[in-house]
Amino acid sequence: MSREGALNLVVLAGLVALPLWAHLAGETFTVTLATRAVILALAGVGLNLALGAGGLVSLGHAAFFGLGGYAMGILAFHAQSMTPLVDGLLPGTKSMPVIWLTTIAVSALAALVIGLLSLRTAGVYFIMVTLAFGQMFFYFAISWNAYGGEDGLSIWVRNGFPGLNTLVPIQFYGLCFAVLALVLLLSHLVRRSPFGLVLNAARQVPARLEAVGLDPTRVKLVAFVVSGAITGLAGALFADLNRFVSPAMFSWQLSGELMVLVILGGVGRLFGPVVGAVIFVALEHWLDGVSDYWHVYLGLLLLLIVLFARGGVIGLVAGRERAHD
Amino acid sequence: MTAALIAEQVLNGLQSGIMLFLMAAGLTLIFGVMGLINLAHGSLFMVGAFVAAATAAMTGHFVLALAAGMAAAAAAGALVEVVVLRRLYDRDHLDQVLATFALILIFTEGTRAVFGSFPLYIDLPLWLSGPVTLPFGIQYPFYRLALIALGLVVAGLLTLLIHRTRIGLQIRAGENDREMIAALGVDIGRLYTLVFALGAGLAGLAGAAVGPILSVQIGMGEPVLILAFVTIVIGGIGSIRGAFVGALLVGLTDTLGGIFLPEIFKLFMEPAAATRTGASLASMAIYILMAGVLILRPTGLYGARAA
Repeated sequence: MSREGALNLVVLAGLVALPLWAHLAGETFTVTLATRAVILALAGVGLNLALGAGGLVSLGHAAFFGLGGYAMGILAFHAQSMTPLVDGLLPGTKSMPVIWLTTIAVSALAALVIGLLSLRTAGVYFIMVTLAFGQMFFYFAISWNAYGGEDGLSIWVRNGFPGLNTLVPIQFYGLCFAVLALVLLLSHLVRRSPFGLVLNAARQVPARLEAVGLDPTRVKLVAFVVSGAITGLAGALFADLNRFVSPAMFSWQLSGELMVLVILGGVGRLFGPVVGAVIFVALEHWLDGVSDYWHVYLGLLLLLIVLFARGGVIGLVAGRERAHD
Repeated sequence: MTAALIAEQVLNGLQSGIMLFLMAAGLTLIFGVMGLINLAHGSLFMVGAFVAAATAAMTGHFVLALAAGMAAAAAAGALVEVVVLRRLYDRDHLDQVLATFALILIFTEGTRAVFGSFPLYIDLPLWLSGPVTLPFGIQYPFYRLALIALGLVVAGLLTLLIHRTRIGLQIRAGENDREMIAALGVDIGRLYTLVFALGAGLAGLAGAAVGPILSVQIGMGEPVLILAFVTIVIGGIGSIRGAFVGALLVGLTDTLGGIFLPEIFKLFMEPAAATRTGASLASMAIYILMAGVLILRPTGLYGARAA
């Protein structure tokens, strides 16, 4: 087994053992922190598909994260206020599976539109355009008073999942972890699939892809849509964790933080976002206790990583990625 | 809705567009010459505003405050360029985004540590405050007119600098072929620092100049940064003229959209719904404008054909 594979297993084992221990020890807050890390990791896995595999530097993934949050918020809001979603037709819902499917559909659709427009550009234009689309959603959410505007929406009770009591922190954690594990497995399979290879080629040598009759833009668009859908799903879970949705979920800082945690762990690595999210949440929690100005330290750390440790933490531990297995 | 109101809103749009130009010009110059995407440009705007506010509070001298804001931002820009950013010119955009994102975190919290979390205000001197009466009896704040004039003067000076001076010649040459001008004996490292300081200074000037209109607070730079991004995407990255046209378009769309869209919707909707829909759409107007430009011209209005 490669060092990276071993590291991945250790991380997985940690994500099972630590929250279980915290649960048994009655450290509910640690379970909540772990849930936060797992959900951010899921968002990062989504972003990593666009960023690492597709080479698409999207600074607007908060759009999908927020859409997921608002999809959950709006459905649950109508369920708790007993008002129909569409007059006389659709009721709201408090069922996670329904909310998740809606979220995936909504964020995939948004990713399709944003991707179609943004992929007309490349390089630095792409970064700025995705950032701008993210902001567009941010300002829309702020001005959308029907769903709380600037104040956001509170959901009184966490949504339900058949067979589970999601109000128990460890059960909700287990659910989020299962989703993450499933998406990681999926992500692993995609990387090995013909599509994954084509996507790699679209990033590295688009001209050759065209030469064999494949359209690199279309391949990237598919990756962008899947990426957006995964990040959207994470947004719905995040909203359920906090039982609160606000325009902050659309903020460009969030897009930046998602990117940071992917890089922190190791861009393009399967477990990069997971390692990154765990470190990010731990740093956030620990440094926040040390200093009011903890973002300064995060910034310095980030600078050091960019300047001297390309490949992130996994790169440091496992060394350079092999080109082929 | 009266003609005076419309005229006032057009002037407001021009004023915010002109200030946006100062930001966008620096960004586009830095990208054009060094190929660097600088997210921390908004932080330099903020530094300019804070230093101006502090100087104004200490000395009570407004013009001095403007100059101090500009100088401080230019100095901060030069420092950042020498310490961090010059290592990133050869890296891909992802590394640049991350490093400059890190700089935002450092600048934001650093400013909070130095100046505290409360907003600062800059008082206008007597000779700049108060309204003036324009033709047709339109009352308009004198300071906003002065801002438009200031922006136009800076735009003119910048054009002269780039097209009529030796430094400008080197900057233009640097955009085309950096190896060649290095081979011709131009100290490319110093040129880069200079360009960066120039761009940073413009951002700082913009921050200091709008200080009396906005409140000077932490995080004030990022909304402007994003507007500046939209501006240079519309105008075409690397083009000063594009930045100018784009900035005016964005300024006018943003200002006029907020006023007129609700009115337009009132023509065929009930007032409350029209106000809501109009306001929502207005907040998205510039992004819709940007999407439109991208569909027609993916490299912006004045961008090179191949990005």
